[in-house]
Amino acid sequence: MRYVRRRLIFYLIAFWTSITLNFLIPRLMPGNPAENLMMRMHGKISPYALKALEAEFGVFQHANLAVQYWRYLIALAHGNLGVSITYFPIRVSTVIGQSLIWTLGLIGTATIISFVLGTWLGIWVAWHRHTAWDRLTVPVAMFTSAFPYFWLALIVLYVLGFVLGWFPLSGAYSNTLPPALTLPSIADLLYHAALPALTIVVVSLGGWILSMRNNMIPSLNEDYIQLARAAGLKERTIMYQYAARNALLPNLTGFAMALGFIVAGGILTEIVFSYPGLGFLLYQASSNQDYPLLQGLLLMISFAVLLANFAVDLLYGRLDPRAARSEV
Amino acid sequence: MMTPFTASPGDEGEALPSVKPRSARTWLAFVRNRTGLIGIVIFVGFVVLGLLAPVIAPGNPATITMHIMSPPTAHYWLGTTAEGQSVWSQVIWGTRPTLVIGFIAGALTTALSIIIGVGGAYNGGALDDVATMFSNIFIVIPGIPLMIVLATYLHHAGTVAMILVISATGWPFGARVLRSQTLALRKRDFVQAARLTGESTWGIVQRELFPNMISLIVANFLSTIMYAIGAEVSLQFLGLGNINTVSWGSMLYWAGNYQALAFGAWWWIIPPGICIALVGGALALVNRSIDEIANPQLTSAPKRGRLHRGGTGS
Repeated sequence: MRYVRRRLIFYLIAFWTSITLNFLIPRLMPGNPAENLMMRMHGKISPYALKALEAEFGVFQHANLAVQYWRYLIALAHGNLGVSITYFPIRVSTVIGQSLIWTLGLIGTATIISFVLGTWLGIWVAWHRHTAWDRLTVPVAMFTSAFPYFWLALIVLYVLGFVLGWFPLSGAYSNTLPPALTLPSIADLLYHAALPALTIVVVSLGGWILSMRNNMIPSLNEDYIQLARAAGLKERTIMYQYAARNALLPNLTGFAMALGFIVAGGILTEIVFSYPGLGFLLYQASSNQDYPLLQGLLLMISFAVLLANFAVDLLYGRLDPRAARSEV
Repeated sequence: MMTPFTASPGDEGEALPSVKPRSARTWLAFVRNRTGLIGIVIFVGFVVLGLLAPVIAPGNPATITMHIMSPPTAHYWLGTTAEGQSVWSQVIWGTRPTLVIGFIAGALTTALSIIIGVGGAYNGGALDDVATMFSNIFIVIPGIPLMIVLATYLHHAGTVAMILVISATGWPFGARVLRSQTLALRKRDFVQAARLTGESTWGIVQRELFPNMISLIVANFLSTIMYAIGAEVSLQFLGLGNINTVSWGSMLYWAGNYQALAFGAWWWIIPPGICIALVGGALALVNRSIDEIANPQLTSAPKRGRLHRGGTGS
């Protein structure tokens, strides 16, 4: 329990940091972007919305920074992220809420597929490390992990979507078939998610393979493996139950670092496929200089990543009792 | 007090000869390790390509011609863009800004990692706690969205802004690795001994810690270059950098803007992406070989392996 509490406190502090960053960034930027925005919006949006924007960015306010910060926190506590400019007058929280599910579905599923598949391949390759498969896998995995996500997305889109016409070119569902819990609709959703998911899996797979391989190889020389061999256990049993089990834990710790990169890659992938998730929204917000939406998205993405990391930490604590006792 | 000098003469007489052969051996191992050699050759190849750009592809790569969206021909080896620019010449010239930003941002990021990671761990106490806390927090706050937001506020980040944005979000990974290495070294006898003989903090860091961390620092530098190139190319692709310079990222931005793939202009998209993947892959190979030299088990050498297996296995 102490472990859980400590991790929880850590993530709360991390979340507070990202909230504070979110508050400080627009106020520290040169040239006062918010004020420019206000000038641009004058007369185009209602005085009410203008007031809301002013409050949010602390423009034309004579309150000092501490008071502004307090107001910002209060607004946040009420789930008030302001009003989007692109989708005026819809609230930022509503706009984000509509996109969140797509990102969770796409990036979440792709990450899990990639982690499971990559870890399994890493185990397999480490076990067969003196074969041609291993010598082939290592450089290929390195090369594919070096692909920029958006570039592979473009290529996949071009070849499988455009030239061969096997998959749809954009969006998350067909216009004629609104998302629902019916079989044809689910098939349609999967059909649309296939290419972006493929892109994310291909680029992120290499990292899992290599790190699992690196963790697994030292564990193959451990005494208990020799003992298991001597005892005449089946190869499969030794591979999965003995060697892989112990090597899996360090791979799980790498999750925190990897997740940030995968989410970043997923965002770029969504942009290429016009997939209506948070990443695509972030791009729209960025090109329209929709600062309230931009800020809200940054907060939401950070929150999602922190939450996922917390979940992995909890899992780690369950799997490895030593973690609960050690000082972190 | 003259403490820094009291212990030096005897120490150095002993330390120098022992350091030299070791580093020479490391270099030899590096060349003998094929993984690393391939990586270095590819990377140096791109550096040379960038340096020799005026020789290889003379003329301004942004020059607009009448040959629009031409597929590869004898004259335009990699075809042309929607504005009739030579893709070949753009790829060659694009090497420069891409590598320069990657290099400077990588160096700055590594410097930050060293200051925060090594500095925190060496001093210990509250300073270390704060440094660790910060690196752990910034590792879990996703970098690319933060960069996109910062770059949007900065309106098309120029080179300097881009380098600063990348370094500001990239340092915690290295800081964490270097910190744990420093902690491990700090307890070792030779560091304790140096401290007892009254060497200054900077002297210890310089003479005792750095020589033992150099491979880690180099590996970290190479990964941050990879990170920086990836981040830079992504920002450029989104149009958040300076879209008027010719770089691999801005090439892809313009290709996207002109819907190159819808026109079937694969020659415009594929070359810059392959180059990015080659540079990234080359750096990963060099890093891998550093790993392999430090931990020979990781090599997938068939002969030694079979012997090894026969010796220990069934």
